Amino acid sequence: MAFKLKGKPKVYVTRLVPQPGIDILEKECELTFWKSDEAIPQEELLKNVRGVDGLFCMLTDQINKEVIEAAGPQLQVVATMSVGFEHIDVAECDKRNIVVANTPNVSTDSVAELTVALLLLTSRRLLEGVTAVKNGEWGAWKPMWLLGTEMTQRTVGILGLGRIGYGVARRLRPFGVRKILYHDVVSVSYASDVGAEFVTFEELIKESDFICICCNLTAQTRHKFNKDTFKKMKKSAILVNSGRGGVVHHDDLYEALVNGDIAAAGLDVTEPEPLPASHPLISLSNCIVLPHMGSNTWESRNSMSSTAAKNILAVFHKEKPMGEVHAK
Amino acid sequence: MSVKPTVFFTRSAPPNGVALLAQECELQIWESEDPIPREELLRRVKGIHALFVHPPIRVDSELFDAAGPQLKVVGTMSVGLDHVDLAECKKRNIPVGNTPGVLTSAVAELTVTLLLATARRMKQAFQAVHNGSWGTWESGMWMTGTLLEGKTLGVVGLGRIGMAATRRLKPFGFSKILYCGRSKKSYDAEVGAEFVDFLQLLKESDIVIATCSITDENKGLFNKRAFKAMKNTSIFINVTRGALVNQDDLFEALTTGEIGSAGIDVTTPEPLATDDKLLSLSNLTVSPHIGSATVESRSAMCEVTARNILAGLKGEPLPSPVLI
Repeated sequence: MAFKLKGKPKVYVTRLVPQPGIDILEKECELTFWKSDEAIPQEELLKNVRGVDGLFCMLTDQINKEVIEAAGPQLQVVATMSVGFEHIDVAECDKRNIVVANTPNVSTDSVAELTVALLLLTSRRLLEGVTAVKNGEWGAWKPMWLLGTEMTQRTVGILGLGRIGYGVARRLRPFGVRKILYHDVVSVSYASDVGAEFVTFEELIKESDFICICCNLTAQTRHKFNKDTFKKMKKSAILVNSGRGGVVHHDDLYEALVNGDIAAAGLDVTEPEPLPASHPLISLSNCIVLPHMGSNTWESRNSMSSTAAKNILAVFHKEKPMGEVHAK
Repeated sequence: MSVKPTVFFTRSAPPNGVALLAQECELQIWESEDPIPREELLRRVKGIHALFVHPPIRVDSELFDAAGPQLKVVGTMSVGLDHVDLAECKKRNIPVGNTPGVLTSAVAELTVTLLLATARRMKQAFQAVHNGSWGTWESGMWMTGTLLEGKTLGVVGLGRIGMAATRRLKPFGFSKILYCGRSKKSYDAEVGAEFVDFLQLLKESDIVIATCSITDENKGLFNKRAFKAMKNTSIFINVTRGALVNQDDLFEALTTGEIGSAGIDVTTPEPLATDDKLLSLSNLTVSPHIGSATVESRSAMCEVTARNILAGLKGEPLPSPVLI
């Protein structure tokens, strides 16, 4: 699709985003925003996308056929400020030659750090401790109060040894772990860099003391952690999910935690998000729920913002964006 | 001895160490969750041969007088010795054993945990989930924290714990690791740490972790002057002892933006009162001295203490003695 002969290309941004992306786009584009910290309501989105050349969206936006239609035939690119793109009808975009771009890599370190943080928070019961301080439950030193589990000599299992899983493995090595196991669709050569050993899913869940879910949500991974899985895991096992909420069956997890089929869980991702404060998982002291903060660092968010912006400009310049996705 | 020696425990202890001592000794254990009242303690130690003590129970001349001259050894299930009058022990020729070494990895782990929790604002995030203020996936900027990668780490005290913590932090990709202390350490190259003076460390570091031992000289080391020298965006972590920090100055520094945020596992006093002004700060995370709170660590501490006591009762050198 060609530019209009006059005037800058129009880009609609569906949220207030970090400045670096705005600075990049402002030079060449006419920007309009949904000026809020909150997600844009669907009706507003449908109204505001009319006539835009580029759409800068968030993973909370439903970029479905209706939105794509509403934009008009001049829409060239949908750039999401996220790695995930389940919220975009990529097949529809492919049909219309609309480029779909995401922001891979730039949040890898943030997510890896967060995953390790969540693992340690859960195994060392830090937030229980913080709450105890606040509630006046911290008494004189007791040798057996609030005991956690050390990583030393434990087996770590990682589901999905992509960029993030690898980053997690790399950071866990000096904690004195005995073994790092992983399971993925295929074994990968770089696993040996971190001493990670490929195993079947069955072996992963049977042998691991700590399991980190670092995989995408696909038809194969949906509810992979369910009642049967929890029964096969160690009773002392700690589960951490920073992949996608749908990999874990939440009701089964609740049962498993209450019955002692596994020891504790730390979730940065849930279904839905946000999880209502009244959700049973949130009431459990051995379950930590965080509000999807994997990429919540200034560094990562600034990078994601500028990457999404650059992706948009790349498409306008008829160049390849940094992260391009297509339907299979 | 035809009669078994008596060991008094100031608190119930992990079963492994208890079992070890039960083989050869008569055990008397204060089982209650509440700390033993002082008068009760002084009554109960009369005639004992060994004391298995936990901080903050004071081991001093009053206790020794109450116990009697047959008391042969004190084993404290801790590394810290602020509760033990070592001079008095020396005077009376009573060996003291403690438990350094066995809790190093637990404390190092907790140091990293506390740093990550502070850097990523976990306390606030967790509260947002619990009070329902978590909205539809944050905008670019809600609850954003700090990435460790690429930052400068400053370690105050590269001893056992400092080194163990730094080893665990190394793969997070700090651009520089600095440390300070009384002297340069021969092993600093293992983690690529550079020896600098305290002030330089404060000035250059994005993250400052205090993992040194507490001495008479370094009490209140972290005071107004220190916080002023630090970056406004810096993160401060303390796992040493509460006494290392001037808490009023810390409060000031956190409220005026002199430093960015802090995480402390140790305070003065412990426990901290729930209405302490420090607890009102959203950029301060306080954990209740859980540095060594792992099953493994506590069991190991208990076993070492039991062995210290067994050795002391036999007049043998303690496996883990305090040098006094």
